[in-house]
Amino acid sequence: MKPAFSVIFLTTLIGAAQGLFLALFTAQSYVLFGLLPQQNEHTFYAHGSLVALVFLTGGLLASFFHLGRPERAWRSAAKWRTSWLSREVIVLPAFMGAIFLYGLAHLGGWKLVLATLESGVVIDASVVLGAIGTILAFALFVCTAMIYASLPFLREWHSPLTVINTILLGGASGFSLAATFAASGAPELMRFFAAWAFIITLLGLVSRSASLARNRRLKPKSTVQTAIGIKHPQIVQKSSGFLGGAFNTREFFHGKSPSVLRSVKWGFLLAAFVLPALMLAAGLWANVPEALPLAFAVQYPGLLAERWFFFAQANHPQNIYYQAVT
Amino acid sequence: MTQLALVIDLNVCVGCHACVTNCKQWNTSGSAGPLADFNPYGADPTGTFFNRVQTFEVGKYPNTQTVHFPKSCLHCEEPPCVPVCPTGASYKRADDGIVLVDYDKCIGCKYCSWACPYGAREFDESRRVMTKCTLCVDRIYDTALAENERKPACVLACPTSARIFGDIHDPDSPVSVAIRESAGYPLMPEWGTYPSNHYLPRRKTALHIHKDELQRADNPLKIDGLLPKPAKSEPSLDDVMSW
Repeated sequence: MKPAFSVIFLTTLIGAAQGLFLALFTAQSYVLFGLLPQQNEHTFYAHGSLVALVFLTGGLLASFFHLGRPERAWRSAAKWRTSWLSREVIVLPAFMGAIFLYGLAHLGGWKLVLATLESGVVIDASVVLGAIGTILAFALFVCTAMIYASLPFLREWHSPLTVINTILLGGASGFSLAATFAASGAPELMRFFAAWAFIITLLGLVSRSASLARNRRLKPKSTVQTAIGIKHPQIVQKSSGFLGGAFNTREFFHGKSPSVLRSVKWGFLLAAFVLPALMLAAGLWANVPEALPLAFAVQYPGLLAERWFFFAQANHPQNIYYQAVT
Repeated sequence: MTQLALVIDLNVCVGCHACVTNCKQWNTSGSAGPLADFNPYGADPTGTFFNRVQTFEVGKYPNTQTVHFPKSCLHCEEPPCVPVCPTGASYKRADDGIVLVDYDKCIGCKYCSWACPYGAREFDESRRVMTKCTLCVDRIYDTALAENERKPACVLACPTSARIFGDIHDPDSPVSVAIRESAGYPLMPEWGTYPSNHYLPRRKTALHIHKDELQRADNPLKIDGLLPKPAKSEPSLDDVMSW
């Protein structure tokens, strides 16, 4: 497939925003249950929500560049019963709304107590909004991933690993973004975010490597024999039926050499996983606290490369019909 | 239930591209707007087509067959492109099974083209929407046309009658008979899309002659020649008759 940059930016930006929100609410939950010391982090949560909203808006804007008719984008909420894309279109604004209210609840200092647990833990409006936001964040991860994983003949994508990777990669970038952001806003939380970012980054490395290993062993189900229905081991396409280019020769080919593909693969494994993990580890355990906020700056470009490779590696069966461009 | 479809006979297709040009002519002249053509006389022309004829060489020289292979939307009975459409612009008509795009609803997200394993959909760069073969839905029901002209443009153009049009759910239609009696097959059956369009395979008329058929075993001329010649001492016919 041809990597679509609008979609690459959409996925990575909203993934980081979802992860960032999950990081904020994780920290709040820890504080709520007394696992982290109580401090006045309300402005930090409010500002963090704003950063997440900025990332989500950026992703939303990028997605419009993918459309031929962006002015009709509102129509895309219609078929949520069958289309994962439609579901994503519904969940994304709902998630943005939840974050907005969550940030507002912290900014306005709403202390509306909705319930008190037996242990004395007070559940206020921001906790409920955060829980709703968490559910929506995971729903959005699933919708985004299922857009790809639900297409059976794009076999590189058609795997539960696609969903797991989306969640872990978004989570990893979100927690490192939270660590970067906490460096200025709430330094006491920086190590907490960085430790989680380190763990999720390593988990992401494992699951992404698993999907790379899976894709390497894939055998194509469709062949030129099934594509034209002729049983013969030797079939060569002599003509695609036209001299120039066409949608079919542009949309489904990345047009790069195998060596470029290989370098991007090793590049993203380094930049999205190995280097940020090393920087986070250095910051956490080797007394180099300056490395922590920089991890996201390395990881985000790495994730852009990861998405590029995700597209480029997928081999669409229609390409069988376009082996010869003459 | 009706399922309109094309049956394409690879045995008689000569790869003349008449179906391609007639398809383009009809569909670029309709009320839905022209099919884009960019740089048509330049170095790198590109444009939207609903139908293409590709050419494959089967086998190794000198035992090769050239197969011309027309390809357009197969109007699948389980079209994977339809449920993925977020707007409902891509739909399958309940009354005749034609898969269509509502150009006024399409947002041009191209997701349906990703979801079609056959590459049957083409994004039109000037209208900015997804386009595809309509089975000439604006022709086949047009009562202003003579009845024998209410067929897709590609079918009318084919000089060798390699394209048959009809309802594959009607067991007595020419398309169903052709599929049944001439071994019609669908493309990429492995994806469970149940394409409505079928292809008829290349057929070679071969005469098998066994070795023992090369010589007539009961040839009377040969039988005579094989009879043992009597020796000189054997009684001749005269001896037999003179008793």
